[in-house]
Amino acid sequence: MLDFHGYGPELLRGAIVTTELAFASLALALAMGLLGASAKLSGSRAARGAATFYTTVIRGIPDLVMMMLFYYGGQVLMNQLSDYLYYNHGIDFFVQFDPFMAGVLTIGLIFGAYMTETFRGAFLAVPTGQIEAGRAYGMNRFQVFFRIMFPQMLRHALPGIGNNWQVLLKTTALVSVIGLSDMVRIAEQASKAEHAPFKFFIPVAVMYLSLTAITELAIKWLNRRANAGVVGGI
Amino acid sequence: MPEFLAELLNQNEIFNATTVMHYWGGLVTTVQLVFLSLVIGLFLAVPLAILRTIRNPFVSGPVWLYTYIFRGTPLLIQLYIIYYGIGQIEGIQETFWWDIFRDPFYPALLAFTLNTAAYTTEIIRGALMATPQGEVEAAKAYGMSWALRMRRIVLPSAFRRAIQAYSNEVIFMLHASAIASVVTIVDLTGAARDIYSRFYAPFTAFVAVALVYMALTFLIVYGFRRLEQHLLKHQRPLNQ
Repeated sequence: MLDFHGYGPELLRGAIVTTELAFASLALALAMGLLGASAKLSGSRAARGAATFYTTVIRGIPDLVMMMLFYYGGQVLMNQLSDYLYYNHGIDFFVQFDPFMAGVLTIGLIFGAYMTETFRGAFLAVPTGQIEAGRAYGMNRFQVFFRIMFPQMLRHALPGIGNNWQVLLKTTALVSVIGLSDMVRIAEQASKAEHAPFKFFIPVAVMYLSLTAITELAIKWLNRRANAGVVGGI
Repeated sequence: MPEFLAELLNQNEIFNATTVMHYWGGLVTTVQLVFLSLVIGLFLAVPLAILRTIRNPFVSGPVWLYTYIFRGTPLLIQLYIIYYGIGQIEGIQETFWWDIFRDPFYPALLAFTLNTAAYTTEIIRGALMATPQGEVEAAKAYGMSWALRMRRIVLPSAFRRAIQAYSNEVIFMLHASAIASVVTIVDLTGAARDIYSRFYAPFTAFVAVALVYMALTFLIVYGFRRLEQHLLKHQRPLNQ
């Protein structure tokens, strides 16, 4: 039978931390992706340039390096900010910059860049006739966006979002390196203490496999719903 | 190191000759690790991809399972299992393997190779499956055997289709190699971590190394673009 030497509950708590981290990062990534895609498709050259800079820089830097930059650098920045506020304005303000925040920020920003490309392609896949028809009905820009663009874009974006999500989930393992007690870190500590690496890492690997398998089913279901009215080609 | 460069560096507080050499050593380790794992991974992936396309489930099944596991779990876990696990294999400490695997470079190389081989197998498999039927039929009409057909027609054609996805895999591998620093290897990221903890200067240490990674990434992108232009020359429109 499985024997976790009493580390079972802690591993389970770690799995919950991993899931929370993944979903929080996904939320930030989706927001950044929508923002980035709107910037890339906007008429303003400055916005397009900023979005291109964002996606290019993110794709050139390893996730671990960026995570360390944000975690260690964020701590230093936060200390300086709180010193500045205290000595100059007498405001006592301090937020502990923890690994969870650094992780969400890094993973959200990285996958925001990938989501930008996904959303950009999806927005471009909505036929212009649809938008013109919305305008002809007298809808304003926001109505056109929320009633016509967004629902139709989602259909094209979902497969890409699904792929990004699978990669994102595996990237969360890196946050254990900067000290977040997710399931990877707990497995590492337990395997060091008990000299039994296989006993702890293989269940964690299985956990990742099952998380991807479960979410794959969820994405399939969402995909079916988003494509409900579409008549297939063949 | 040239004299003037050493003098220039001596005036800089953090980027002095010692730390720059430390970064250089890290760069060499990163490049070695990534290059070796990619080359060995590619050599493993080609036969595996061919096996994966064979209809017999007893042949393609194990390959599928291998790629599913290695693509479905984080590389960090694979690295930990190999790094910590190898010492646990009974009797290994008495064999010559222990001399090799005691150095963290080799467990990391093994983990990276197995990981990239799994991704590359699926990339090549996708390209193999997309081979136009006409090309295979033409080869058959010429009387080519299976092996000859594979070597002369199917594989070269598949490589051309796979190159785009493979360039992404190379960049992914370069970025993933940063986790080698977790198992005490002094690669680029490891060097940055050393310099961060020595000077407590996170921005200088990590931004410098991020720029190096970025330069390497763009170098790879450029190299693959040239290779693509060369390999797909025959598909370019005539009026260009």
